[in-house]
Amino acid sequence: MMAGTVFKYANNVDTDVILPARYLALYKEEDLAAHCMEDLDESFVSSVQPGDYIVAGENFGCGSSREHAPIAIKASGIRCVIAASFARIFYRNAINIGLPIVESPEAAREICAGDQLDVNLKNGTIHNLTQGKTYQFGGFPAFIQEMADAGGLLPYLSRKH
Amino acid sequence: MGMTMTQKIFARHCGAESVAVGDLINAKLDLVMGSDVTAPIAIQAMETNGLDRVFDPDKIVLVMDHFAPNKDIQAARNCASCRAFAQKHGIKHFYDGGRMGIEHALLPEQGFVAPGELIIGADSHTCTYGALGAFSTGIGSTDMAAGMYAGENWFKVPKAIRVELTGKFPEFVGGKDVILTLIGMIGVDGARYMSIEFAGDAIADISIDDRFTICNMAIEAGAKNAIFPVDAVTMEYLKGRVGRPFTPVEADPDAVYEQTIRMDLSQLKPVVAAPHLPSNVKPVEEYAGLPVDQVIIGCCTNGHITDLRQAAQILRGHKVAERVRCTVIPATPTIYLQAMEEGLLELFARAGATVSMPTCGPCNGGHVGVLADGERCVSTTNRNFVGRMGAKTSEVYLASPAVAAACAVAGVIVTPEEVR
Repeated sequence: MMAGTVFKYANNVDTDVILPARYLALYKEEDLAAHCMEDLDESFVSSVQPGDYIVAGENFGCGSSREHAPIAIKASGIRCVIAASFARIFYRNAINIGLPIVESPEAAREICAGDQLDVNLKNGTIHNLTQGKTYQFGGFPAFIQEMADAGGLLPYLSRKH
Repeated sequence: MGMTMTQKIFARHCGAESVAVGDLINAKLDLVMGSDVTAPIAIQAMETNGLDRVFDPDKIVLVMDHFAPNKDIQAARNCASCRAFAQKHGIKHFYDGGRMGIEHALLPEQGFVAPGELIIGADSHTCTYGALGAFSTGIGSTDMAAGMYAGENWFKVPKAIRVELTGKFPEFVGGKDVILTLIGMIGVDGARYMSIEFAGDAIADISIDDRFTICNMAIEAGAKNAIFPVDAVTMEYLKGRVGRPFTPVEADPDAVYEQTIRMDLSQLKPVVAAPHLPSNVKPVEEYAGLPVDQVIIGCCTNGHITDLRQAAQILRGHKVAERVRCTVIPATPTIYLQAMEEGLLELFARAGATVSMPTCGPCNGGHVGVLADGERCVSTTNRNFVGRMGAKTSEVYLASPAVAAACAVAGVIVTPEEVR
C-alpha cells in the first residue's frame, strides 16, 4: 500500500497558477517543480512529499497549453491528480508525459485536504483511508491505456516506428 | 447522420467517409506550430526519445514571439535551441527578429492557413485559425513533438455547440464583445472538449479580424476549436496569401449540435471580463470609475490592423491620462508597417502611448509591461487569471480595443462613448 496526503483545490485551477509564466523559460523538471502551484498555494513546494495527491474540482488545468504545468506537478512527486473534470489540453498533456489523472466527480467532491489516499491505477480504485471510503473509476480507452503503459506518447511512438 | 464542419475535416484527414462523436482517430496534420516557450520542450523530448527526423520541414512553423526579443539569458537560450533545431532539420519557416509576429496573427497573414486544413499548435490560442474555416487546436509540447515527427496525431471527435449570430454591431461593439459575452454565458468550461461552430446571417458583415478575435478566445470557454463558415469575406482574405489548392467544408444541414445559442449582435454592449476569470463578464458601466494603471492594446486577440484603427479612433484628439502607462502592440511586422503608413503609430506616440515591437510581451507577464502588486490593467489580451500579467495581487480587465483606448484616456474604466 502506498498512502499519500491530499492537497485539495477548487474549480478552474488554471495552468498560470500551477506554473506561473515568469518561470516558462525554465524547462528542467527540477526547476519547474521548485515553483509548482506557487500562485495558488505557496506552501505546496515545501510540504509536498513523493506519493502525495492533488484533488480538485471542475476544469483542472484550464488556460495555457504549457506542458510545464503537468511536468512541474509530476516532478514535485505528485502520484496522481484526481479532479471532477480536466481541461482538454491539460488532459492530453498529462497522458502524454505519463502523469496519472483520474476523473471522478464524486471523489473530487468528498475527499478533503489532508486525507490519506491510496489509489490503485490498475484496478481503478481510490481508497480514502481517512474517511474509510472507496471510489471506483473507469479506465482509459484501450489505445490511450497502451500509450500510458508505454510511459507516454513519445516512448509509444518510438516503439511503434 | 450529418456532420459538423469539424467532424468533416477530421473525416477527411483520417481517410474515413464519416466520423462520429467520441471516435478516437489518427489524423494527418497539415501544419505543426510551436513557439520559443513550447518548442524547446518538444525538441528536448524528441531528442530524449531518439526521434531524429521531422515528417515534412515545410509543414512546421517556429515563431519566437513569447519571450522575444529575448527578455533574458534563458529566453535567449531557448530561441537558440529552436534556431539550431530549425537549421538541423531544414525548417525554413522560422520567425525571429524583424520577421517575427505574434504567431496567431502571423500564420494566417503569411498564408499558412487554408479552409479545410487541420492544424495543431503548441499554444492554446491556436484555435484562432478556425476563423478561416480550418480545424486548429492548441496542444502541448509532447503532442507538438509527436506531430513534427509523425505528421499525424490522435484526436477524439468532439461534440459541437452552434452559435447563431444575427443583427448588426452597434457603434463601439465588436468581435471581442461577442466572444466575451459568449464566455460569460456558458462559462470557462461551457464548451469543454467541444467545437464551437458559428453560423447565421450576421457573419457576412463580420470582418476577418473580428472572426480571428472570436475564435482566439474559444479556449477560454474550454473549447477544442472554433470555426466559421467559409464565405466571400474569407475568400477575399485568402487572395494573394494561399496559393495551394484547398477544399472548404460546410456543416451538413442535419449535423447534430449539443446546444444552439442565438446571439443578436444589435443587443450587445461593450463589456469587460473582470478578474480573475474570462467568464466574469459585465457591461463596462458596472466598473465605471475604477482607476487604471496600465492599458495594453494588442496581442494575438486584438493586435490586428482593424483593432489598432478602433483604438486610434478613440485616441485621436486625446491624450493618455497622466497616471496611465498605455502600450500598443501591433501583432506582426506587416501590421506595424500598415499602421505606420496610415499614421496610426504617430497618433499613438503623440497621444502619449508607447508603441512596442510585435511580441506576446505582457499578456502572460513576460515583459513589456509587467504589473506590480495591486496594479490594475485594462487589456485587449485574453486571460485575467491570478498573476497572469505580473504580481499575484495585480488585476487584469479584458476588453475590446475601443474600451481599452477609452480607459487609457480617462485613467479610469469608462465606455468609449464617454470619451469620444
